[in-house]
Amino acid sequence: MRSDDVLVVIGAGHAGAELAVQAREAGWAGGIALVGDEAALPYHRPPLSKSYLAGQAALDTLALKARATYDKAGVDLLSGRRVHAIDPAASRLHFDDGSAMAYSRLALATGGRPRPLPAAASGADVADNFHYLRTLADVDRIRQRFVPGARLVIVGGGYVGLEVAAVAVKQGLKVTVLEAASRVLARVTAPRVSAFYEQVHREAGVDLRVGVEVSGFELDHAGSLVTRVRCADGELVEADLVIAGIGLLPNTELAAAAGLAVDDGILVDACSRTSVPTIVAAGDCTRFESVLYGRSIRLESVPNALEQARSAAAALVGKERIHDSVPWFWSDQYDLKLKMVGLAHGHDRFVLRGSPERRSFAAFYLKGDRILAVDTVNRVPEFMLAKRLVAEQVTVDPDQLADDSVPLKTLLPSA
Amino acid sequence: MPKLTIIEFDGKQHHLEAELGHSVMQAAIDGMVPGIMADCGGSCSCATCHCYVDAAWAAQLPPVETAERDMLECALYPMDNSRLSCQIRITSNCDGLVVRLPKSQV
Repeated sequence: MRSDDVLVVIGAGHAGAELAVQAREAGWAGGIALVGDEAALPYHRPPLSKSYLAGQAALDTLALKARATYDKAGVDLLSGRRVHAIDPAASRLHFDDGSAMAYSRLALATGGRPRPLPAAASGADVADNFHYLRTLADVDRIRQRFVPGARLVIVGGGYVGLEVAAVAVKQGLKVTVLEAASRVLARVTAPRVSAFYEQVHREAGVDLRVGVEVSGFELDHAGSLVTRVRCADGELVEADLVIAGIGLLPNTELAAAAGLAVDDGILVDACSRTSVPTIVAAGDCTRFESVLYGRSIRLESVPNALEQARSAAAALVGKERIHDSVPWFWSDQYDLKLKMVGLAHGHDRFVLRGSPERRSFAAFYLKGDRILAVDTVNRVPEFMLAKRLVAEQVTVDPDQLADDSVPLKTLLPSA
Repeated sequence: MPKLTIIEFDGKQHHLEAELGHSVMQAAIDGMVPGIMADCGGSCSCATCHCYVDAAWAAQLPPVETAERDMLECALYPMDNSRLSCQIRITSNCDGLVVRLPKSQV
C-alpha cells in the first residue's frame, strides 16, 4: 500500500462510517473518502423510529461519530453525493453530476431502501402525507404531521411499523396498523410472540388489523394528499398521514452493473471480500455464507453491519478478520425491550419460558435439541446468555428450558 | 468542556474533552478510543461500552438504573464499579472523570 492510494467507501450508514474510520485504525496509509447521498453527518438509524420520532433525542445525539473524528482519521466526507456507476477495469467511479474519481480500493456499503408498496405506485407515493421511513429526511417530513389527534395509518406490521405505532399512540395520534399477513412480525417470530405484540398494541389503543391487504389510496382533488386508504375487502380507512413499512430491498444495482457477483445481496466472504479483488462490501447490501446456519444469509442489522465493516477494514490492509458473530437485533416498543438472537428459520420446536402476561419472557426456536434463535422480552440477562446458547450451538432439554425456576445459566456447558 | 480520561486495559491513556449532555461512550467514540465498541449506539442494548469508574468518582455519578444493571450482569469481567459508558451523562460535575476499560468487550 502506498500513501497515494485512495480508498473510496460508497455509502455512509453504519457500515460505511465504521469501515472508513476502522480502515485508518487498521493501518490504511492512503486517502479515504466516504461518499454518502444524504446531507447529514452519518447517523444512527434505529432511533429514527423510536426516540427521534418521539422528539426525545436531539439531532446532534444521532451522529455516529463527531465531525472531528473523521478529520482525525483523515476521512474526507463527501456528503450529498450519489455514485452513478463503478468501472472496476479502470478503477474509477462516476457520480451522477458527471464528475469522476479514481480509487485504489473500493468499499460498498450501499445499504437498502424501503420496499415500495405496489398499491401506492399510482400516485400515492408522491403525496405529501405518504412516507416510508428509512432516512432522517423521511422522519423530519413525517414529524410535520405527527401531531396529537392526527389519523395515522401504518401499512405493515413489522418492526418499523410497530415501533412507529407505539410512539404515535403515546403521543395521542389515532393509529391504525394494516398488516397483510395473518399476524404481525410474521416473517421473524412465532405466532405466540406475534399474538403478544398484537395484544399489547391493542391495549395501548392501536386499531391493529391483520389479514388486511391495502389495494389503493384515495387522494384529494389536487392529488397531493392521501385522504383514505382502501383495503382489498373494500373497507376505507381515513388518513391524515400514511407510513408504509413493508421491508427492505438491498441496494445492489451499482455492484451488479459493475459485474460483481450479486444474488439478493452483494456476495461476500467471511472477511467481507467481494468477487472482485479490489472491492469489499459490508452491511445490509451484502449476502454471505453463514457457518452457524449452513446457508447464505442477508441481514438487516446494525451489529452485523458494524462487524462486517470491521472485517472489511482489516481485509483492506491484508489482514483476515473472520466475521462469524451470531446475528442479533433489537426493537423497543412501549416498556418492552425486545431482543432477538439468531435466525428462527427452519425451527421445528417452540419453547416459551416465563410469562407474556407479566411482560417478561423468552421464546426459544429449536431444531431438535439445538437452539436456533431466541426472542427475549424484558429479559436482558437471559438475552446475553441466549447469545451464547445460540452461538455455541448448545443442545438443551426443552423441559428445562421451559422451566423458569431452572436458571438459564445452568444450561450452558461450562456451568 | 469537562475533561475526561479513559485508560485502556493495557494502560494507554486517552485525555478527552467531552461535551455537556453527551455520554462518556460518545466521547470515547468521537475520540477513537479502541476498546469501546458501542454497537447499539447508546440504547443500553449491547454491553459493548463497558467501563470501570474510578472509586473517587463512582459515588458522584447518578446511580445505575435497572436496564443498565441487567446489562452489566452479563458484561464480560464485571466488577463492583462497572458501568455502561453510554449511560453516564457528562455534566459539569464530571470534570476530571477517570474510567478504565476491561480486557475486552466481546
